[in-house]
This record gives sequence, structure tokens and C-alpha cells, in this order.
Amino acid sequence: MSDNVLIRAEGVRKSFNGKEVLKGIDLEIRRGEVVVIIGPSGSGKSTFLRCLNLLEVPTGGHIFFNDVDITDKKVNIDLHRQKMGMVFQHFNLFPHMDILKNMVLGPEKLLKREPEKAKEYAMALLERVGLADRAHAYPSQLSGGQKQRIAIVRALCMQPEVMLFDEPTSALDPEMVGEVLQVMRDLARERMTMVVVTHEMGFAKEVADRVVFLDEGILMEQNEPEEFFNNPKNERLRGFLGKVL
Amino acid sequence: MGNFQERFYLNFIKDDRFMYLWNGLIITLEVTLFATLIGICLGFIVAIIRATYDRTGKLKVLNAICQVYLTVIRGTPAVVQLLIMYFVIFGSVNVSKILVAVLAFGINSGAYVAEICRAGIMSIDIGQMEAGRSIGFSYTQTMWYIILPQAFKNVLPALGNEFIVLLKETSISGYIALQDLTKGGDIIRSRTYDAFMPLIGVALVYLVLVLGFTKLVSILERRLNQSER
Repeated sequence: MSDNVLIRAEGVRKSFNGKEVLKGIDLEIRRGEVVVIIGPSGSGKSTFLRCLNLLEVPTGGHIFFNDVDITDKKVNIDLHRQKMGMVFQHFNLFPHMDILKNMVLGPEKLLKREPEKAKEYAMALLERVGLADRAHAYPSQLSGGQKQRIAIVRALCMQPEVMLFDEPTSALDPEMVGEVLQVMRDLARERMTMVVVTHEMGFAKEVADRVVFLDEGILMEQNEPEEFFNNPKNERLRGFLGKVL
Repeated sequence: MGNFQERFYLNFIKDDRFMYLWNGLIITLEVTLFATLIGICLGFIVAIIRATYDRTGKLKVLNAICQVYLTVIRGTPAVVQLLIMYFVIFGSVNVSKILVAVLAFGINSGAYVAEICRAGIMSIDIGQMEAGRSIGFSYTQTMWYIILPQAFKNVLPALGNEFIVLLKETSISGYIALQDLTKGGDIIRSRTYDAFMPLIGVALVYLVLVLGFTKLVSILERRLNQSER
């Protein structure tokens, strides 16, 4: 098995009420790689991403994370999720806690970090995304862009091995998309392993090491961005790119 | 109004009759307080089981048991439950009537609290559970750290209301000859043959209590909301 592969999806299938939205997807994600998944809405790309950390339990196939089959029922998924950060379309910050508490909850309770150490680490991250002065604000006092940046650093606080992004900019006002993408760009530059579901084609072109096209629950094409966007082979991908570019 | 003063004296002052109301009040508050504690504990447990079943399909058997509990408690009058508790369940053993009342009202209240809390848990966006789980918290941890604190805040007004309903509900304690506030007034009435004074007195005490607790709940609510807005 390749030592560089962090996540390997093997024939992942998922059905909701008899309707199959993922029809057997194989994908490998290597350490330090940024993989962007695109596709029309309803193509199953979000479902696939959520299968990677088992927020959706696949109805078939396997997910290997660090060579452990996490779809195995005997595996304690909570331990593996600690190493897989996730960022959601709707931020999902905890509204009853201030920003700092949002960030240190996981490290303190799960990683058993000293409160002081956890705070220090969180503050350093906040500093990096330019929100240190908001440490004691509550989520409802922040703009969408700020919330999403907090959601990203909250996930980073757990020092994950991979970050999963589920349409992180889709719920944002257009003028706030840039600040979130910038944080993601910085992360990519630090060689964080990232899997990003997005509609931001510019981001895909610029940051991705590999772009994946999903449609109707099937992985139609994957390639490095240059080939992918300039020389798409799949008929559907050509149609899709024609519409969105 | 000389008549009024005389009646007031006769019903409340003479022979320290106000002590019937005072002692009754203590018992009413005791029963309400402990029944509320039981109700909230029971209610939260039932609510968590039911919400877990609703969301994940797990805990099927426990959910069925909870269903039966809710159906029976909500489908029968509290007086009947109290009487069954006293004369049937504890019929052959000698236990304190206060304990019987606390249990009966606690179990009764738990059913209503459960439905309030279940609605509270279900009102929390599913994204909160997903966010908690994605960090690596277990289902139970996510419930404890993330869902329940928010749900509790949402249901606090309804819980306060339930407490007030329960406070008034305990006035049926007289059915098992427990000398609560209402029974205290009744005793005075039987001594003085005056219905007006003791009953209006009892009603006023309940009213003051209810107004006081309503105020308390709204203060608490405001406190809890400060963090979010």
C-alpha cells in the first residue's frame, strides 16, 4: 500500500431511501494534497465528502484512513474523526460559547490539553486569521466570513491530518468569499491535506493539485487542474464547464 | 368593614389559624420543588431517549417504554395517579404522604417535561450535532456539551411554566389527606364555617407565588440570553 495515501475510498456507495446517490466511487487522497471536488448540484459530491468522515455511513464500499478501514463497525470512529477536521457550508459554530471556547472545547475535552496550552494555541490560530480581537465574541456577533474563518481554525485546533471542506463559501455574501478562500489558500501552502467541495472554479484552478468531477454519483474525471479545465475529456464535464466558466 | 376585621381575626389570627396556611405552604413548596427535580431528571432522560430514537433509530425498546409511560401519564388525571400511588402502590406500606405526593407529581410532571425537552432538543439544528461529531465527540458528549445546553435555554420558559402548573396541581394533595396549602385553607373553613376568607386567602397565596416565580423565570431567561445577543 502506498505510504503516502492518507484516505482511500473504495467503491463507496450510498443510498437514501432506495435512491442511489453514490454509485461506487474510488478515490485516493495523498498526504499534503489538495483535492477539489466539483460537480452539478445533486451529483453526490457533498455526500461523498461526508462519507469520508462517516457523517454519512456508506451503504457499500470502504474508507481507509491511515490504512484503517473506518467503515468497519468495530472501529471507534470518534478517535479517527479527531484527526479529520471538517468545515461546513453553514459554519455550525456553537452559539452558546464564545469563539475561544468554541475552539478549545475539543482540544481540552478530547485531547486532554491543559486549558492554558489549548488557549495559547487557539489564540495563535486566531492571530493568523486576523480575528484575535474577537476571541471573546459570540458567533452571533460575527459576519458570515468571520464565522467561516473561525470554523476553519476551530477544526485546526484539533491539529487534524486532513481538512474536509463542504462548500465553505456557498452560504457567504460575495464580498466575504475572498477572506475565507485566502485562509484556505494559506493552509494549502502549508501543505495541509485538503478535500474541498466547492463551486469556486478559480480556487480549484489556482490551489488544487487535483480536480475531481462527480456527476450522478459517478466519478467521471480527475486530473491536475490545467489538463482538467483546458482539456476535459468527459462529455458531461465539458458540458458542465461550459455552463460554469 | 368591622365585619371584615372580625372575620379576618376569626379565620387567621384566632388560635393561630394562619399556621394552617403557613405549614400548608411549606408542604406545597416542598412537594413542588422535589417533584420538579424528579420531573426534570425523568423528563430529560425520556426526552433524550425519544430524540435519539427520532434522529438515529436507535434505542427502540427504551423508546417504546417511554411511549407507554407518556401515554398512560398524559392520558389519566393527576388525581387518579395520586390516589393509585397512595392506595395501590404504597397501599400496604406506611410511607410519608409527602414522599407519595413527590413521587406521584414528579412522575406526572416528567411526562410533560419530556415532551417539552424533546421539542427543545429537536429544535437544535442538526448541524450542531454534525459539528460536534466531526470534531470527534461521541454522540453522548455532543449531547452533553453542545445540544443540551442550547436545548435547555430554549425550553426554560416552558419549564418555568411547567413548574407553575405543577405548583397549582399539588392542590389536589388533599385527596390523600396531605395538609398542603389548599387543605390548610379547607381546615380553617371547617373550623370557622366561613368559606370566603380562607379560600380567598389561599388563592392569593398561590397567586403571589405564581407571580413571583414568573418573574424569577424571566430574570433567569434574560441572564441566559445575554451570552447570545
